[in-house]
Amino acid sequence: MSERLSISTSPFLHAPSTTPRIMWEVVFSLIPVFGAAFYYFGLSAVLVSLAAIAGCLITEWWLDPRHGEALKDGSAMITGMLLALCLPPGFPLWMSFLGGMVAIGLGKIIWGGLGQNIFNPALVGRAFLQSAFPTAITTWDLPDGRYLSPRGTNLALPLWQGTPVDAVTTATPLAKMKFDHDPTRLWDMLIGNTGGSLGETCALILILAGIYLIARKIVNWRIPVAILLAVVLPTLVLYLIDPQKYPSPAFMVLAGGLLLGAIYMATDMVTSPLTPKGLWVFGIGIGIIVVLIRVWGGLPEGVMYAILLMNAATPLINRATRNRVYGH
Amino acid sequence: MSEQVSSGQNMAVFLKGLWEENPIFVIVLGMCPTMAVTNTAINSLAMGMSTLVVLLGSSTLVSLFRKVIPDQVRITTYIVIIATFVTVIDFLLAALVPDVHKELGAFIPLIVVNCLILGRAEAFAARNPVGLSFLDALGMGLGFTLALLSIGIIREVLGSGSLFTISLFGKGFEPWVIMVLPPGGFLTLGFLMLGVNRLKKKKA
Repeated sequence: MSERLSISTSPFLHAPSTTPRIMWEVVFSLIPVFGAAFYYFGLSAVLVSLAAIAGCLITEWWLDPRHGEALKDGSAMITGMLLALCLPPGFPLWMSFLGGMVAIGLGKIIWGGLGQNIFNPALVGRAFLQSAFPTAITTWDLPDGRYLSPRGTNLALPLWQGTPVDAVTTATPLAKMKFDHDPTRLWDMLIGNTGGSLGETCALILILAGIYLIARKIVNWRIPVAILLAVVLPTLVLYLIDPQKYPSPAFMVLAGGLLLGAIYMATDMVTSPLTPKGLWVFGIGIGIIVVLIRVWGGLPEGVMYAILLMNAATPLINRATRNRVYGH
Repeated sequence: MSEQVSSGQNMAVFLKGLWEENPIFVIVLGMCPTMAVTNTAINSLAMGMSTLVVLLGSSTLVSLFRKVIPDQVRITTYIVIIATFVTVIDFLLAALVPDVHKELGAFIPLIVVNCLILGRAEAFAARNPVGLSFLDALGMGLGFTLALLSIGIIREVLGSGSLFTISLFGKGFEPWVIMVLPPGGFLTLGFLMLGVNRLKKKKA
């Protein structure tokens, strides 16, 4: 098919909403999020991000049957960026690179490329890293204004653990809450002055980016809204029952990867349902699983597993919420 | 079926289990031990050899008695024959290599229900003379062992940084925990199947 010939159904209005365009717009919306990560974690955030993105792009170029043609749609770039945003700043670069390879190779190409994958590729990479290197991925550095030095085990040789550059690590707000009942100040979480993965810290910028994407109609508003509602309402009930024991709704929303997941990961067009009703079911499912894991589960954070589980349920949701055919 | 077969045919019966019809990579039988005990090379080897011995014994015996086993109870008879050899192997391993026996645990008795062994008894030994059945069992058993061993080696090197419990990388190696867990088994098997299919396609 010729590049210039595009086949579409009526009405034939000119709206340049193509896959590459949407993808690149998401990439641009991620720039401020990375700005915040670089601001808090300096050079180490840049290195971890570059390694993850390089892993994705190189794997996409290597395994793409059309030899690099797929790189142009920007989806590998997004996968790399999103993967980087859910890694800790002191993460070894080789693991970050490996995560990128797994994300594209096992998360996307093996299913048949963009549009065929069941699971969000970035989260597949993250889940692989989580189960392969559980210690490294849960070691968080403090955002302490050191810009020009690598952190943690950034510079470990491939296959090696590496010795940490510094020993100043911290727990994430969720882990502090879960294991020590020590809630972090909401303001710190809002501006991002806490320990956490690169994209999990600054909630404010994530909210702004989310509003932008919703206004541009790149993200369907139903998914983030459904997720947030399904997290806030049960948490509110629990909080009213026993404020000493359970975290506040505001804490639950601002902590960890919930905003990142709700805005960027769950809204992946390939792996979320097609119908409006389905989107609600999908979002509410994610929110409920997040609350279950965070409040009663063994792990402090459950956004990744919640989204992956609901990804798996997406074909089922699509089938159950199929629109009635007109006249049927 | 003719009792006389040429040596070329013998060879083909023996070789098909190794590559052309490899029980794991091609027929995909016996997945339970493949996933469960291939986390180290030694465990894989022990499981492979045990299965090989049971397969040899049961195929030979089934083939010997193939004309007297009543058709209606043939599966039951095969299982009794297989279980006999598994019990022997179970005791042998417990006496000779108690550590490995402990490590494999319930998966040794579970060889009884390995579809590979029952499958070969039903599909081959019950219709072929003793000599051929023995060769078929040998080929299939060795193919099974080699496949398990290749999975076990990959999983042990990446998951524990060692090979046959000899440390390869020294201290400071970061083990890929996922490789000693069940997902690692699935991933390794998938990649090896991919490789085998690719090689086969190239040849064809």
